[in-house]
Amino acid sequence: MLFPWDRLRQLGIMGLNERNADFILPYNARRNYSLVDNKLLTKELAVQAGIPVPKLYGVVEIIHQIEALSGQLEAYDDFVVKPAHGSGGEGILIVTGRHEGRYRKANGASADEDELGHHISNILGGMYSLGGLPDSALIEYRVKFDPVFSSISFQGVPDIRTLVFRGVPLLAMIRLPTRLSDGKANLHQGAIGVGIDLATGRTFSGVWHERPVHQHPDTGGNLSGRVIPYWDEILAMTAKCHDFAGLGFIGVDIVLDQDQGPMMLEINARPGLSIQLANRIGLLPRLRHVEGLGTIPGSVAERVQLAKTLARYTS
Amino acid sequence: MRGAHVKLLSLLLVSVGLALCWFKVTRLGLPLVPTEKANVWTVEARIQFKAQRDSAVKVRFFIPRQPTGFTVVDENFVSGNYGLTTEDDGVHRSAEWAVRKVNGYQVLYYRIHLSRDPSIQPQPTEALVPPEIRPPGFPDALQSAAKGLMNEVLKKSADGRSFVRELLARLNAPTADPNVTLLRQGIENPEDWVRRVIDLLATANIPSRTAYVLALKDGISHGSLIPWLEVFDGKQWVTVDPHTGEPGMFEGAVLWHVGGEPVLTADGGKNVKIEYSVTERTQDRTLVAEQRARQMGSRIMEYSLFSLPVSVQNVYRVLLMVPIGAFLIVVLRNVIGLRTFGTFMPILIALAFRETELLWGMVLFCLLIAMGLLIRFYLEYLKLLLVPRLASVLIIVIILMAITSVFSHKLGFDRGLSVALFPMVIMAMTIERMSLAWEELGAGEALVQGFGSLLVAALGYLCMSSRYLEHLIFVFPELLLVVLAMTLLLGRYTGYRLTELWRFRAALKG
Repeated sequence: MLFPWDRLRQLGIMGLNERNADFILPYNARRNYSLVDNKLLTKELAVQAGIPVPKLYGVVEIIHQIEALSGQLEAYDDFVVKPAHGSGGEGILIVTGRHEGRYRKANGASADEDELGHHISNILGGMYSLGGLPDSALIEYRVKFDPVFSSISFQGVPDIRTLVFRGVPLLAMIRLPTRLSDGKANLHQGAIGVGIDLATGRTFSGVWHERPVHQHPDTGGNLSGRVIPYWDEILAMTAKCHDFAGLGFIGVDIVLDQDQGPMMLEINARPGLSIQLANRIGLLPRLRHVEGLGTIPGSVAERVQLAKTLARYTS
Repeated sequence: MRGAHVKLLSLLLVSVGLALCWFKVTRLGLPLVPTEKANVWTVEARIQFKAQRDSAVKVRFFIPRQPTGFTVVDENFVSGNYGLTTEDDGVHRSAEWAVRKVNGYQVLYYRIHLSRDPSIQPQPTEALVPPEIRPPGFPDALQSAAKGLMNEVLKKSADGRSFVRELLARLNAPTADPNVTLLRQGIENPEDWVRRVIDLLATANIPSRTAYVLALKDGISHGSLIPWLEVFDGKQWVTVDPHTGEPGMFEGAVLWHVGGEPVLTADGGKNVKIEYSVTERTQDRTLVAEQRARQMGSRIMEYSLFSLPVSVQNVYRVLLMVPIGAFLIVVLRNVIGLRTFGTFMPILIALAFRETELLWGMVLFCLLIAMGLLIRFYLEYLKLLLVPRLASVLIIVIILMAITSVFSHKLGFDRGLSVALFPMVIMAMTIERMSLAWEELGAGEALVQGFGSLLVAALGYLCMSSRYLEHLIFVFPELLLVVLAMTLLLGRYTGYRLTELWRFRAALKG
């Protein structure tokens, strides 16, 4: 008799307890969490490491600064406001343009200065930060996503989540916003996760609400067989992120800008496990293999090569 | 490596916890279940006498010393302004009250609380050399009668034991022969009778002595000790019924004192009177064991929770249940995979349920949360800053609690008053988190998490209100080490959560 949990083990699927006890606790030193939890700090470190990120327009740290904000933003038609310590894509406000002195939001609604100010004051008050601690708000370049995804994305910006262990990319998926997810690329909120073949950058089919899906529910576009542009560059970027973050087990989120190519958005020190469902591959065989390696190659190119080899042999 | 460390630590904790618990159960007799009751007899000896004018008074009273088949739960002396000393020479135990100058009638009390315990065996502390025999001083007429009787008994017996039986059978026979009739003369009370038997046995070189026995019977108020016979059989003292020759004592007999010395002597007192009263009551076995352990001078009980004032004890009765609730949360979250608002919020709600009772607690909880949520949605429209908004929700929760109490009191539902026992800060945070979840994850998810929390609180209440568990943890707090060990082990549990089997069902199908 094979119990469901034995079957999951056979498939190499990792549960939350195992992720926390065997990978996050031993490989992610708590003192380095602040580097990835604070997006401002992550951005600075990434720039130093030569990883492209969306350009920072400004930082709001105290309520008083909100008044001067409209002058500061005059030069930009569109921008994104996000909390420095946010998680799960919460508290992100996307302004796509201006119309008669008001801001136009990503979902088509418009907002005035007051509404923007209130949103920023909520961020400063800690509404979206872990533990409700006071936070600061970042205002940055709005990514114009590559049209390669327009047929499989509804509003919002799709992003590519790559799981990196000891500097070796192990699994990747592209997260596609849907009408249900309200333009957010978060699987919990209803985005689609589509697995990516690490070796080729070609998509498999997707998973929506933990169920397999082959077409985008809103646009009807086919999810599988699409080739992600700049794939090798993306893999190299994720491997580099490990080097400056100082964390062994991370999820790196990358977006594709139509003008500037791949950009690193954020690093997650507690990456979710749905990526296994999107790829229909358990994480454990690859994780245990990399864990068993005595030394990991130092150069990024070698690690990307290792990742591709691993993907070929364990899929 | 770390796994082995945790396992070793857990093993250590479990063994320490269980060993302490085992010791308390087997040695101190603490019961594992709360329902057990024990019968406790309170025996009170009331000593009354008139003090002689201008003379020092010294009262010597023999008291029981580890009665066989009983455990001494507690013992106390009421001695007024007398000085009290107790003495134990290995065979007898006595209390001595002394005062230099006293006038008028005096009353002293000795009280002992006994509980039946078949495991208490007679202690062989007495020296096993045959005791000395005092040659009896019979008058001539009795001397020959005794001799005649002895010769007859000797013929019909094989050893000391059968000799005693045969002698007593003859002495107590309804149709007495002339020798026995003679020997029965001059006997005025049972004490004299026993003394006569002892004298007769002494002529046959069999050592014996008087034993004073108390009958434990509820309601005795002016009782006295019953003289009994103890015969030395060459190895030990054996009790024998002086009227039937049967060995042993009757049911409910407590050996009070042995030997020729009177139970009570009062120097400097006259009209000395002693009365025994016995009352029986049932008591929680835990209390009995606890008092007994203290009587035994056990260090463990001296530093137990029972040594605290009762009001503090009651606080700990509740507090010690929190680890059970916390362990339940660990299981529900890490093994089952339930999601709740706040890690330990359901436990605090469950503690409040202890006072309100489950059904009413759940009704009041839902009522408060629902009203709080409605007002919170209105506050959302006002676009308030975070901390002032949280404070407003807290203030509103307290106002709602007060209103609920007042209205339910007016309407005659006094249960509604207990709403005041809900932890208000926790309620405010729950409302805040639930409204955020409502906004961000949708009403469905918010309700799922809300009812999940309520379900966990109800489960927590069921665990934490269990009389059995409460008794077990309070009497054996060392079991918390076992709970801790299990929690530590779950801290290294890397298996799947039950809900993950559902989450990864797509993989299971493929």
